[in-house]
Formats: sequence, C-alpha cells, structure tokens
Amino acid sequence: MSTQPILQVRDLKVHFDIKTSSLWPWAPSLALKAVDGVSLDLYPGETLGVVGESGCGKSTFARALIGLVKSRAGSIKWQGQELLELDHHGWREIRKDIQMIFQDPLASLNPRMTIGDIIAEPLRTFYPRLNKQEVTDKVKTMMMKVGLLPNVINRYPHEFSGGQCQRIGIARALILEPKLVICDEPVSALDVSIQAQVVNLLKSLQKEMGLSLIFIAHDLSVVKHISDRVMVMYLGNQVELGQGKALYADPKHPYTKALMSAVPIPDPDIERNKTIQLLEGDLPSPINPPSGCVFRTRCPIAVASCAEQRPTLQGEPRHAVACPRVA
Amino acid sequence: MITNKPNSEAVSRFATQLQEAPAEVEGRSLWQDARRRFMHNKAAMISLITLSVIILLCLFGSQLGDFTYDDIDWNAMQIAPDTASGHFFGTDSLGRDLFVRTLVGGQISLMVGVLGALVAIVIGTLYGAMAGFIGGRTDSFMMRTLEILNSFPFMFFVILLVTFFGRNIMLIFIAIGAVSWLDMARIVRGQTLSLKSKEFIEAAHVCGVSTWAIITRHIVPNVLGIVVVYATLLVPSMILFESFLSYLGLGVQEPMTSWGALLNEGSKTMEVAPWQLLFPAGFLVTTLFCFNFVGDGLRDALDPKDR
Repeated sequence: MSTQPILQVRDLKVHFDIKTSSLWPWAPSLALKAVDGVSLDLYPGETLGVVGESGCGKSTFARALIGLVKSRAGSIKWQGQELLELDHHGWREIRKDIQMIFQDPLASLNPRMTIGDIIAEPLRTFYPRLNKQEVTDKVKTMMMKVGLLPNVINRYPHEFSGGQCQRIGIARALILEPKLVICDEPVSALDVSIQAQVVNLLKSLQKEMGLSLIFIAHDLSVVKHISDRVMVMYLGNQVELGQGKALYADPKHPYTKALMSAVPIPDPDIERNKTIQLLEGDLPSPINPPSGCVFRTRCPIAVASCAEQRPTLQGEPRHAVACPRVA
Repeated sequence: MITNKPNSEAVSRFATQLQEAPAEVEGRSLWQDARRRFMHNKAAMISLITLSVIILLCLFGSQLGDFTYDDIDWNAMQIAPDTASGHFFGTDSLGRDLFVRTLVGGQISLMVGVLGALVAIVIGTLYGAMAGFIGGRTDSFMMRTLEILNSFPFMFFVILLVTFFGRNIMLIFIAIGAVSWLDMARIVRGQTLSLKSKEFIEAAHVCGVSTWAIITRHIVPNVLGIVVVYATLLVPSMILFESFLSYLGLGVQEPMTSWGALLNEGSKTMEVAPWQLLFPAGFLVTTLFCFNFVGDGLRDALDPKDR
C-alpha cells in the first residue's frame, strides 16, 4: 500500500434540505445530515467495505462519490483531480473511470432494451465511432467474463433471474474498464447461494482487471469475505475504519462491537450461549443529531464530555476509531 | 449425492449443448408479449378488423359509387336506400348520394381524430417527458404554461377563430391540435416523475448518457404503453368533438361534409327520411365503439397487472 491513493475523500458532507412548514420565508431551513464528515483514502486494487445499519448514509455516500447527489462540503479527489468542482463535461470524462453497480438488479435494467443494448450503452456513449460489429464483439466478450452465455444477447431483462440480472449490471459497469466500481448493496436482493456467486465473480474480476471496489452492504459476513478494509458508519459519521481482519477480530468502537455481536455464527452451540449486546434506544434523527459524538445517546460507555466535542478517527491507519474513550 | 449417474450425464450433455449452441437466442420483448395478449382478446381483435374495414371503406369506398359527394341527382331527391338507382344509402334533401357522402365525411372525421391523437402523442409525450425529467423551475414553468392553455375557454377559442378566418377545416385541426396534447403531457409528466427515480435511469446517468438521450431512449419507450392506450381513447373523443362542432355549424364547409355535419342534416329530416340520420350515426357509433374496445384491449395487453 505504498502507492498513491486513487481516491481521497476529505470531510465529505451531504445534506438534504427539508421544506419547513413554517409560513415565514426567513425561518431557518432544516437539513437532513445524511453524510456528515467522512474522510478516507482508497488505494488501487483495494476493496473497501462500508457497513452500517439502514439509514446510516452508506448509499448516500456512494451516490455522492459518483455525483448522483450534490455534496454540501468537503472534497473528493480522484487521482489528484477535485471532483466536486467539475462541471457536466468534466464529470462525463470521469464516468469512464468510476462506475456503479446497483442494489435492485432488475430495476437497474431498462425493461424495453435487450441486454446487448444495455451492456453496450456506455460504449455507445463514449465511443460512438465503434461500428456495430466491434460493439457486439466487446459485449460478447464481457458477457463471457461475467458468466453469461453470449447467445442470449438479444434477450430482455425480464427473461433473466435476479443473479443473471446482477451479472448484466456488472457487465455494464465493467465494459468501459473503469478503475473504481462502487457497489451499492449489490447482493442484498439476491438469495444466499447467488450472493456467493456474485461476490466471487466480483472478486475474480477485480483480480483480473485490477479494480478498486467500494462495497456497500449490511451483511457483515459478505463484507468480511470481500473487503481488504472496512469502514463502519453510524448516522452519517464514520465510527471505525480499519483492515478487515483487525476490525473483525477486535472491534473497538462500542457501536462496532454491538454490530459484530449481532452477526449469527453458523454453529448452534456457540450461537445459543452467545450474548448479544443490545443497544438501548432508537436511532436519533439525522435532522437533529446529538451534539458531540452522535453515538453517545446509545453508548454504554458514554461520559459527559462526549457531548462536547465531535470525535475524529484516531489511531494507526491500520485500524482507526472515532472514540477517545477506547482509542 | 442423490443424483444417479445417467442423470448427471444428461445434465452435462445438456450443458455442453448450451455451451456450443451457436445460434443466438431471440428474446421476446415486452411489446411482443403485449401483441400476443392483444391477439387473444376477441373483442379487441374484432373491433380492430371492423375498424380497418371502416377506414378502408372511407378511404377507397367512395370510388365504388357512381356519384361524387357534391353531385346532385335531380331525379332522386330524398329517396330511400335502394340498389337499383345506385343510391345504396339513399339521398339527402338536395339529391346527393348519401353512401358517398358518409364515406367522404368519414375521411374528415377520422382525419380529425387521428391528427388530434398524433399531435397529442408527439407534442404531449415530449413536452411531458421533458417537464418531468428536467424538473425544478423548468417543470414549474412548463406546467404553468400548460395550465394557462388549458384554462382557455375552448368553445370561445373556436368561435373566435371561425369568425376571424371564416369556416375552414384547417381551423378545426389547429384548434383540436392545440388542446389535445394538454392532458397527454400531464399524464406523461406523471409517469416520468415515477420513472425518474428508477435505478436504470440512475444507471444511465452513471454511464454518462446525455439528458436528451435519457429522455428519448429510456423515458419515452417506457411511457409509450400508456401513451398508446390514451391515444386510442383520444381518437373517438376527437371525432365526437369534431361532430359536436360540425353539429353547431362551426365545422366543415358545405358541400364538404363530416359525420357530425351529416348527423346535423339528418336530424332535421329524421321523421320523413330516417336513413339520412341512421347511416352516418351507425358509422360513427361503430367507429367509436371499435376505438374504445381497441383501447381497452391495448390497456389490458400492455399492463397485465392492472386488470
């Protein structure tokens, strides 16, 4: 990991404005803080897993990275180039390098297009000079790579199963040979055996093409299987970031500990005697998050000083945690 | 393993067959599925055939008669239908052949209907898709413009046009064209708004597809189902509208005619010469029924979940 990071994110904030019901136009507008200060480095060929419960801002983070939602503040540097200052045309060039795989395999494919057209769409957009035969050849090669028979090129998405649809989505994302692929819960809509196939496919393609992956999931064991490093998010903040093995073996942040203890263990004897560390209370509203550490309202080891200052990631880069009480 | 040997052999043979299969498998698109469902709908198919017959008759049938639509047969004023004289549907009070007049009137009526629907499809779909997809201030502006047009009293508009420019069928086309796309634009905008948040649109964004290409390649094909259904149901309402205008005397200019104008004349002599009312009315009613059945059939075929 001595190379330069290809993606540097610094203090990224994504806020959504909420319309207030107040009659006065000068009333302060509310903002939903979906992502509130996330920083990370991503190295070439690396897989970064992002985990956290529903509504913690994982997907919004991914969408902000690829420019589908507007970021409020911070910086995203792609190979040294600031993405947040790019205009429409600048983004278009970046799209060749950063692609995305979506959560719902069927919904991410246009039902009126054949899968050949779907996979070829990025090619047609970026290389309009390619003739029909070249496009078809490239599409067929890509289909072979993701494990689809090339003779189904003229079929429509509704004629495929969920796992096959996700393979089509992967083929579309990879046909431009990007450097980074953002996977937004790519396997959560699939059943377990298909999940394994798709994850292993992603892994082998990553090795073959030298991709970096940002892999978002709420299934901790899938993330453990695929990730080099893992980032844990809670309410738009990162609470822990570290190498997968270290983080899974020794979770430090109280939230990560609770999250890890909820993972079922495939052994009934251990599972029966296991104590799950339950968190008190509910997820606070991201419109009005707690002051200081956002986790303090549910934290078993919180003290009064936690309300004062927002903790930042501390510790060595191998395993950093945003909690002064355990770092 | 539970599977016995011959079974697994068969499976592996099948697998190699699949691998080696050189022919590309043709997929069946949603359109093809819809066509198959439509073909199985008896009422819709019968209506479609009847409709084709009526349209063909209107287009070419007038050549079958011995008369043109403005020929006056001085020997046969207001005579009842009879084959010997060549007046299959009888004549009107001026001795003009009703068979030819009904078919020529049908040309005008159908043209108004189809043209209105066509304008609605082209302008309405693009306008609605653009407003819905671009959103924000553009959307507000486009929709307010549409509401202003929609709030314009339509009858007043037509009467104004007719008084200024005289009676002309072109004016009817313009008037109908100006209003027919408004509802269509609203429907398409609503559909676009729901499509906009779908993941395949986001995927197209990520692939760098331009806004115009997203609208034409992704949005329009997906709203086309609803557009087609609505357009089929729009045709009869346009025909009725033209009939209404012609009945009021705002439509076509004599000696040209339309179904509405024929109905108007026929209703005056209903008691003495009922055929003058019944033949055009029969054609009009059949056409309207057929369009509605075809529209229903299309809706069922394109949207099997909504039954």
